[in-house]
Amino acid sequence: MKQSNVDLLLLLLAIVVLATPAYSDLVLSKVERRIDVTSQIARVTKTLKVVNSGSESVSEFILTFPKFLGNNLAYLSVAQSEGKGKSKRTLANLSVEAANPKDIPDSISVYSVALPKPLDKGDTLTLDVIAAFTNVLQPFPEKISQGDSHLVMLQESAQYLSPYAVESQSLSIKLPSARIQSYTNLDSTTKLQGSELKYGPYKNLPEYSYSPIVVHFESKAAFAVAEKLVREIEVSHWGNVQVTEHYNLVHRGAQLKGEFSRLDFQARPNPKGESAFRHLLARLPPRAHSIYYRDDIGNISTSQMQSDSKKTEVLLEPRFPLFGGWKTFFTIGYGLPLSDFLFASEGKRFLDISFGSPMLDLVTDKLIVQVVLPEGSKDISVKTPFAVKQSQEIKYSHLDIAGRPVVVLEKDNVVPDHNQNIQVYYKFSNIHLLSEPLMLISGFFVLFITCIIYTRADFSISKSSASYLAKLQWDEVLATLQEIQSIIQKCLAAHDKLEASLRDLSRTGDIQTCKAARKSTDSLLKDLSKEVKPLMAFLQSSQSASHISPKVEELVAKEKELQEKLMAKHTTVVEGYEKKSSGRDIELRIASQQQKIAALRQEVEDLLEFIDEI
Amino acid sequence: MAAPESQNLATPSALRNAFGSVLSVLILVLIGVLAFSIRLFSVIKYESVIHEFDPYFNYRVTQFLSKNGIYEFWNWFDDRTWYPLGRVIGGTVYPGLTLTAGTIWWVVNSLNIPLSVETVCVFTAPVFSAFASWATYLLTKEVKGSGAGLAAAALLAMVPSYISRSVAGSYDNEAVAIFALIFTFYLYIKTLNTGSLFYATLNALAYFYMVCSWGGYTFIINLIPMHVLMCIVTGRYSPRLYIAYAPFVVLGTLLAALVPVVGFNAVLTSEHFASFLVFIIIHVVALVYYIKGNLSPKMFKVAVTLVVSIGLVVCFIVVAVLVALVASSPTKGWSGRSLSLLDPTYASKYIPIIASVSEHQPPTWPSYFMDINVLAFLVPAGIVACFSPLSDASSFVILYIVMSVYFSGVMVRLMLVFAPAACIMSGIALSQAFDVFTGSIKYQLGGSSKSKDDAEDNTSTNNAPKDDASTGKTDKVEEIAKERSSKKGKKKEREPAEKPSIRSKIAKKKALVLPLEASIVALLLLIMLGAFYVIHCVWAAAEAYSAPSIVLTSQNRDGLHVFDDFRESYAWLSHNTDVDDKVASWWDYGYQTTAMANRTVIVDNNTWNNTHIATVGTAMSSPEKAAWEIFNSLDVKYVLVVFGGLIGYPSDDINKFLWMVRIGGGEFSHIKEADYLRDGQYRIDSEATPTMLNCLMYKLSYYRFVETDGKGYDRVRRTEIGKKNFKLTHFDEVFTSHHWMVRIYKLKPQKNRIRGRVKKLKSKTSSGSFTKTEKKNPWI
Repeated sequence: MKQSNVDLLLLLLAIVVLATPAYSDLVLSKVERRIDVTSQIARVTKTLKVVNSGSESVSEFILTFPKFLGNNLAYLSVAQSEGKGKSKRTLANLSVEAANPKDIPDSISVYSVALPKPLDKGDTLTLDVIAAFTNVLQPFPEKISQGDSHLVMLQESAQYLSPYAVESQSLSIKLPSARIQSYTNLDSTTKLQGSELKYGPYKNLPEYSYSPIVVHFESKAAFAVAEKLVREIEVSHWGNVQVTEHYNLVHRGAQLKGEFSRLDFQARPNPKGESAFRHLLARLPPRAHSIYYRDDIGNISTSQMQSDSKKTEVLLEPRFPLFGGWKTFFTIGYGLPLSDFLFASEGKRFLDISFGSPMLDLVTDKLIVQVVLPEGSKDISVKTPFAVKQSQEIKYSHLDIAGRPVVVLEKDNVVPDHNQNIQVYYKFSNIHLLSEPLMLISGFFVLFITCIIYTRADFSISKSSASYLAKLQWDEVLATLQEIQSIIQKCLAAHDKLEASLRDLSRTGDIQTCKAARKSTDSLLKDLSKEVKPLMAFLQSSQSASHISPKVEELVAKEKELQEKLMAKHTTVVEGYEKKSSGRDIELRIASQQQKIAALRQEVEDLLEFIDEI
Repeated sequence: MAAPESQNLATPSALRNAFGSVLSVLILVLIGVLAFSIRLFSVIKYESVIHEFDPYFNYRVTQFLSKNGIYEFWNWFDDRTWYPLGRVIGGTVYPGLTLTAGTIWWVVNSLNIPLSVETVCVFTAPVFSAFASWATYLLTKEVKGSGAGLAAAALLAMVPSYISRSVAGSYDNEAVAIFALIFTFYLYIKTLNTGSLFYATLNALAYFYMVCSWGGYTFIINLIPMHVLMCIVTGRYSPRLYIAYAPFVVLGTLLAALVPVVGFNAVLTSEHFASFLVFIIIHVVALVYYIKGNLSPKMFKVAVTLVVSIGLVVCFIVVAVLVALVASSPTKGWSGRSLSLLDPTYASKYIPIIASVSEHQPPTWPSYFMDINVLAFLVPAGIVACFSPLSDASSFVILYIVMSVYFSGVMVRLMLVFAPAACIMSGIALSQAFDVFTGSIKYQLGGSSKSKDDAEDNTSTNNAPKDDASTGKTDKVEEIAKERSSKKGKKKEREPAEKPSIRSKIAKKKALVLPLEASIVALLLLIMLGAFYVIHCVWAAAEAYSAPSIVLTSQNRDGLHVFDDFRESYAWLSHNTDVDDKVASWWDYGYQTTAMANRTVIVDNNTWNNTHIATVGTAMSSPEKAAWEIFNSLDVKYVLVVFGGLIGYPSDDINKFLWMVRIGGGEFSHIKEADYLRDGQYRIDSEATPTMLNCLMYKLSYYRFVETDGKGYDRVRRTEIGKKNFKLTHFDEVFTSHHWMVRIYKLKPQKNRIRGRVKKLKSKTSSGSFTKTEKKNPWI
């Protein structure tokens, strides 16, 4: 089928060649073409020496490709150069536009190059043309089984298709290996040297010369094509540029037919499955960090990373080897230091970052680059080295309110040659950096304030209802109770002090200190009993406390009794000491008191406990 | 409102109050952090990924929910599974977990925090375990005070049994259900203690959440009635009990019936009858108490005889109707899983599909030690502590632990219900033990410094403990004040639970004074016990329970080796087959295939249709051609088998094969288990039966396996395979993963009809019936 295509083309072209007139007076004195097909991309490098043999100066140069190539043209750059060999230097990249002149037929794609300055009569000019074509290496056969080698076919013209006459032209095709199935042997000038195939030189070719050639050879290159690649570049002024890339990958070589046998694939020493590729190499910028590699069902654990000061290389292995026609999806993400990519100029900031995918030799059918700028960026403009489709979106992330402006750049058919830097200019004031932390701080502040208010304030619906009033009263009663309790506790503590003073007395015999202790305790207890009185009065008056007040009264009474008994005991003991009676004697005298005190104390404590439980 | 009170208190004690409450809040926060972070081992050691089987389904449902919204979710008919039957997801799934995660995702995303559904799903379980430990604190605090609460919460935060179901990524119903369970119990106890209708309503809502989340809600709806009944029987009936129970049953049942998967089951199945019966009983009892209060004793006796005689008749009629209703249904109104709980041998006798799930087996003794560790020793002590004194709340936890011990003994899975009970009991035991030991140390130290010589003296001995008691009392006063201030002035209901604990504390302080040395040693031992527990839990979390089971790792000399075969093949399926292709595999892999590969499956882990599973089982155990016909009739394009023979992965399809035979044989009588066994032994070596060696599962597993090492040595079965060189006639190998763990075969296309017709015409002359020739082999 391919063959017939070629034939058809041939026919068409022949007609074209006969029909079209000379385009202008330019003559190509020397054309060197080199086609590199070691990867899946056919990269054509041409050196054209242009001479103006006409009478008028010319400011436009026409580049032509056969349509079947031109349709697959991914990248085209024309540069003017000077000198030869080592002294050769590139002067300037020239602007190239797709042209559609009427006098050139449809089977030819035409590009016009604007010359930097009009070429006067007799002047010469050297142009370096680099063109990259995708999808021109056609797998043939189109379906192979696992063990077969991967054969592809390249169609080109041995002679340079040009609207200008060519005085001398040569073509060399660099093939991946010397294993060539077949090639068109035109004449004696066709030579195969190792893995390089040479045609020409051909002399004095007329305009639109065309002689089709077909090379059928084995390619081991990975025919990895990203059907869709979304690169999201998120700029954070906190110091990070986060790049996330979503790949929809397909192997666009010859399709696998029949079984896939892991046994054969893993067989040593003769593994079958050379047409599959197992991994891709991504060359990330230096100082890339936090690299991850995953798909929608989790981390892909097969990857290796190597980094040095110049680059970071990641060898990404998809979950399964990709055979022809097989697809997969994955995401890689990495962080880059902001200082390496963000610069300032004339009051604006600009992000200077690579456009294409970091993968080597990857063709991207549809590339979408989304540059997410920080919230609050203004005056956004984009500078790209080639034409892309631009639009703007808003993205909400990380507590955004206004959203972040997103610059969306779209381009079809992207090859590694497009990995040039793009610049996104914008204005951003650093105050915006603080907005989100401040928002968080105020959020938490409000939360705590609300909590404080909620706990402090009274949210009862009805402030006059009986139950509410009762509750208020009950609260007061409880508070009073607690006060009484604490007073009683203090009393008990005072009692303990008294006892302690008695013990001290028995040890030291110092009656004076003991008396002093008693005096102070006495006054303290009196104060306390004074304090209790109004509280008791309140309790008795309060209605809701009616069921507790007797208990409390009892408690106070008991405490008083205990107090009296203690005092009595104290007096007895001190008297005993003053009379210098024996310790035994004193003990005998206070024994009965002691018992009563203990019993009373027990009662007081039980009462306290009871009140506690209310 | 709390302000005046705290002002009344002395400043230092107020400070101490504040310090105490801040400290306990801090401890609770730390417990939450611990509960969350101990479950992150899986993320750190592996990755943030959904684990195992069921979580993948839940994840898929959550994805659907977050994408299509709640109404679509209720109406979701899933045609990607149980082909060609499909499954009504909205009506057959417990939506609690999904709705929870979906809500979290929605909230987070409406705050513009870009978290993916997967991340939310992965971390739902750890977050809810933190909630569960806080709920445990609340529950135990209601039972035995906040000290026990803190201890129980800390224990629950890291109990291995619960970790096993709630590590990050294990996005399963149990993850939120345990929180719901404990919280429902807490609210029940809270209502019981306060008699507040507010808490009773909350209780019903918590129960509703539990019903939404897990089928285990039947545990609640049976346990609470049992407790109520117990209280009534032991004469502990009170209005609080009525408030705690009656609204709960009414509201709870109504709410439960709102959940589509439960629906009318909430009133129709036997699992719920206990609650209604007790509902009637509690009303009768309440009536009796009311009448008793209004009538004189004599009149009351007359009334009792009257009511009892009428009541008996009514009861008899009701019971008779119930029995008739229940008996009319084949399973006596019980679901299979509930029945296998009551009769542990039921499942293995009648429902192989329930018995075939490993988590439905009874646990072994070591698994108790593995899952609750030292708690097993502390639980009895906790039960004893609950009996002194026995309150409504403590009787509930005793009942809870007794029931859950029984259930955990029947099914491994219910160990999960047992674990919180064990934690509560152990928390109580630990805190009581600490109380006793520290109390006696404090007493001894304080007492000895005060008066050594007067130790014999009655006065001073009396004095010293009193001193102690009074300090204890001030503590207590502070505690009360603390509670008040923390709880806002207006909500000053005293917690009745506090009473017994304080009383017992005081009692212990007075009575239980251990020797200083003994208590110090005991304290150290207790701390050591706790340390062992912590070490064990961390080990269990890190080593035993963190594996996501879709990624396997092995440590060898070269370092870590990752076996990521499952995802490799699911990714292959999802990217390299048609979106409507049907994939057949054993039901274990159904959920994963639908979630990860997004392909239609024939059967999945929701084993609702036994016949369908049996069909797949039959196909797997049939010879190639018969299997092809079955699969073809089901529109299957790919067959997926899991094979561990090359690398020694033991839970592969060959090891599960006998269940396929059993389940298949249960429905299709031509599959007989005996045909696959040689002398009652399951083997795949040269001694194996020809039926075994010719069945599809064997062939798909071992296709070209012999060529790997020349002998065909199976590393799982540790033997050479029986039939080594064979070709597949009806299936094509299309994908085998890196370590051969997953093998995918494609059904060869149907015979070309025209060619067949020509053959038919030809064969018509030779043999009368062409159907016979066609059945032999459609490939000639």
